[in-house]
Amino acid sequence: MSLDRDTVADIARLARINVSDGELDSLAGELSQILNWVEQLNSVDTKGVEPLVGVGTAMAPLRQDVVNDGGQADAVVSNAPDAVGPYFGVPKVIE
Amino acid sequence: MSNIEGRDGEWEMVIGLETHAQVASKAKLFSSASAEFGGAPNDHVAFLDAGMPGMLPVINQRCVEAAVLSGFGMNSIINLKSIFDRKNYFYPDLPLGYQISQFSDPIVSGGWLDIELEGGVTKRIGVTRLHLEQDAGKSIHDQDPYRTLVDLNRAGVGLMEIVSEPDIGSAEEAAAYVTKLRAILRYLGVCDGNMEEGSLRCDVNLSMRRLGDELGTRCEIKNVNSIRFIREAIEFEARRQVEVLEDGGAIVQETRLFDPDRGETRSMRSKEESHDYRYFPDPDLPPLVLEQSYVDELRAGMPELPDAKKTRFVAELGLTPYDADVLTADRDNALYFEAAADGRDAKAVANWVTGEVFGRLNKDDVSINAAPVPAGELGALVDMIKSGQISGRQAKEAFEAMWADGKPAQTVVDELGLSQISDYSAIEALVDQVMQANMDKVEEYRGGKPKLIGFFVGQVMKASKGQANPASVNAMLKAKLDG
Amino acid sequence: MSALSDLLRLDIASARKGLADKQFTARELTEAYLAAADDARALNGFITETPEQALVDADAADARLQAGNAVAMTGMPIAQKDLFCTKGIRTTAASKILGDFKPEYESTVSGKLKADGAVLLGKANLDEFAMGSANITSAFGPVTNPWTPEGAATPLTPGGSSGGSAALVAAGAAIAATGTDTGGSIRQPAALCGVVGMKPTYGRCSRWGVVAFASSLDQSGPITRSVRDAAIMLGSMAGHDPKDSTSATAAPVDFEAALAGGVKGMRVGVPREYRTDGMPAEIDALWQEGIEMAKAAGAEIVDVSLPMTKMALPAYYIVALAEASSNLARYDGVRYCAREDGGDLTEMYSNTRGTGFGEEVRRRILIGTYVLSAGYYDAYYKQAQKVRTLIANDFNTAFNNVDVLLTPTTPSAAFAAGDVDDPVAMYMNDIFTVPASMAGLPGISVPAGLSADGLPLGLQIIGKPFDEASVLQMGQAIEDAAGFDKTPRLLAGAKP
Ligand SMILES: [Mg+2]
Ligand SMILES: [Zn+2]
Repeated sequence: MSLDRDTVADIARLARINVSDGELDSLAGELSQILNWVEQLNSVDTKGVEPLVGVGTAMAPLRQDVVNDGGQADAVVSNAPDAVGPYFGVPKVIE
Repeated sequence: MSNIEGRDGEWEMVIGLETHAQVASKAKLFSSASAEFGGAPNDHVAFLDAGMPGMLPVINQRCVEAAVLSGFGMNSIINLKSIFDRKNYFYPDLPLGYQISQFSDPIVSGGWLDIELEGGVTKRIGVTRLHLEQDAGKSIHDQDPYRTLVDLNRAGVGLMEIVSEPDIGSAEEAAAYVTKLRAILRYLGVCDGNMEEGSLRCDVNLSMRRLGDELGTRCEIKNVNSIRFIREAIEFEARRQVEVLEDGGAIVQETRLFDPDRGETRSMRSKEESHDYRYFPDPDLPPLVLEQSYVDELRAGMPELPDAKKTRFVAELGLTPYDADVLTADRDNALYFEAAADGRDAKAVANWVTGEVFGRLNKDDVSINAAPVPAGELGALVDMIKSGQISGRQAKEAFEAMWADGKPAQTVVDELGLSQISDYSAIEALVDQVMQANMDKVEEYRGGKPKLIGFFVGQVMKASKGQANPASVNAMLKAKLDG
Repeated sequence: MSALSDLLRLDIASARKGLADKQFTARELTEAYLAAADDARALNGFITETPEQALVDADAADARLQAGNAVAMTGMPIAQKDLFCTKGIRTTAASKILGDFKPEYESTVSGKLKADGAVLLGKANLDEFAMGSANITSAFGPVTNPWTPEGAATPLTPGGSSGGSAALVAAGAAIAATGTDTGGSIRQPAALCGVVGMKPTYGRCSRWGVVAFASSLDQSGPITRSVRDAAIMLGSMAGHDPKDSTSATAAPVDFEAALAGGVKGMRVGVPREYRTDGMPAEIDALWQEGIEMAKAAGAEIVDVSLPMTKMALPAYYIVALAEASSNLARYDGVRYCAREDGGDLTEMYSNTRGTGFGEEVRRRILIGTYVLSAGYYDAYYKQAQKVRTLIANDFNTAFNNVDVLLTPTTPSAAFAAGDVDDPVAMYMNDIFTVPASMAGLPGISVPAGLSADGLPLGLQIIGKPFDEASVLQMGQAIEDAAGFDKTPRLLAGAKP
């Protein structure tokens, strides 16, 4: 699979990673190289094979419905780059 | 009439609903922060809910239980193995950068609900699935001129997303479906059904087609949060689509928003960007595996649901289907009625509940759980009528007083000095007194005017200041006048 | 050797004895390490040093020793890989994007070590978000392998991603360190630095509070100077954690006591597919020596086949990158992180993430995003997870017949940063460690010899799920037989 500039730009937009125009070609090359390499997996016959989910624990544990967390708004926003009082601030979103 | 008469023929609505019902749990789906509505900003937030590095989800058993019970309530299949997936997208109210939801393998599949339509008609609406997922936080756009503020109190609260089949054919059916679903969830105690607080909200998928045609393109109206709005949104959207189609246009598949102030739907441009959610199983959560015995235990502990209760009220308590319907539509009403009717004449109690109690609740705009007259006291009042201690009219007077200050029936009756004279000799004295004073009427009666009995009853009751037992008075007058 | 450097050469087991016998105090031991910090600084092994904390911890350890309730890790000056969230102490994941992030919580594993009385010297350097095999992707600069020869044009890399941890332990700048291993990030740097590195079974150590790279693969473990130390430190780190849904409920094991079990009669599998075409002769030779050592210790050697071995690496990259693309979505400049402003929300996100993540992390997020995107999920991610099932099946089959597997840890000795500039070639470093990661199996790397250039080489032992005991026993046998006692050139406290 060879990725072109546009596809790389689309993925970058989806991943919210700013990629400059100048980087698109080199990234397309690198990503294509990696994808070409992983595509050897297609040679494996996996008919009837279940995909692995949960390598160790066979089933998720369940916890009791008890409130013993929260009540720490200060700690929650303590690392925020733009805390507005107890809120997180972000650039205005127009809906 | 559910179809729409267009310029050149009839159009049919095809509606499917996605309902988000908040699980009535104390803590969130994957964290132990409070799931309670409200709270100071970012106060109900664990570090997981804020998407802090290294924080991990652990499933709340109560949410699983709610999903299983709801599945039984909708005649569904409970999947003993289900998977939590990540739905990836960026938004400030989505702190992890993904919503933990169930995509390919939900906990509940299939099922149906019967809805009641006008004229006692029942229609079966298919349920596609129910899955568990996290709610998002709240973005506040109007508090700061330059910024959107984010409060994560809602982030991670457990939701059940219930998806219907596109079996719904009108606004009325949609309203009946949501009403029924809400009733079932409330009966099960798994969702408080409070639409104002957003505990229950609907996405409406609607398309139009000419009778017998293939399915048309649908639009999704997001987050409609009252049954009235659901009706209004559907009616507006159906007409809009018919207009577009009849003008030769095409419906664009899109997400729309219902504006209750203007009674219209409009395109949500901000959600226009095509999404690629990149679902994949959440590697932080092994499969959710339920033991059959656990599921069986939940099934065994299921409360009686509205349909079954209604049938029983008619068959065993002798209520009319109408009263049974009214009394079972809401769980709390039904429980109140059952508590009040326990060991008594159910029909008499039903009349009191549907009449006086519902009337006052409506007038005062309070819920049954806040009624100042507890079910037991209503029952005690009905008992006093039955035993003849007070008359029906007195009971209504007593009920008003009980409602006003919440005192027990006996206290109110004592305080007001209400008591029906059923003492034989006391009534006899009054009857004799009235007959003496109206000998002319007695002659008339005996001369062939039996209707005058009413006059005598009235006079005796008046003389007793309303406290004589009308049945006893009637019987005694009849005996004396006829004798 | 001076008294100071004597202290710096002790392993945990000997230091434990020294403390118990009151030959020195925890404060003296810690002060020796703090005094050697200058030497470590030249290696760039720490991102953040915590000398004040270290002294507080040391005094607490002394009090505990006095009171007679010390445990094995009490007073041991260690480094924490800077992927473990440490309450109130900057945690960076070696990325610019976390800015000055100070967690309000302590990871379960670092918390357990702290509770056992370990002394925190600082937060060790690593590849950014643990993504790398040479510790050259750190936003805080590369780490120098203490084995770098005199006059080398470019320093050798310590391997990665736990490169800082391995370099510090090898150089005598920390008695032990925590690491995390996703595809080999403990075992590979341990091999390249001549120390012991152990990745326990997936689920043995809690992932709670550890910055995630790939959730289904990440596992914490110790990097130490001896196999016994690995057993001791793992004992402190391991255990069920109800806060991690993937944490195993397996019964706790006294790993150190298990060492006494020995290897007599143990069946050791040698997977033939690990003998790759381009395997350097010296790696092959080391492997043969390892086999002989095992035999001499009384183990039985069995030829086994793991047919899917070759597919493990490409499958690993798909799974790990897909998970990483999602795990790293939370670094968006809203709740923490160094935000880069933009005209609108989307621009703010893209600028924050475009600037904050380094080149390799960006590349991996993009690949991970792509393999999960509409139309590609089945061909890439699902296929990789199916191959993963086959890999796990291979191991299961092999373990029907053997107790442990013996392989080289890495395909080469330490290399110079910059020698490998093509991403796929760099990924090849993990070729021997990744298969066990994919199956969630425990593995250890034990230094077993030197390359022709005088650089350390490691042998890897892989075990059955939750059978760390056998892995440690065989590791001990190799360690005993190899008698590896070489020290690197850049040794802390070596100067008079
Ligand atoms: Mg929806
Ligand atoms: Zn939903």
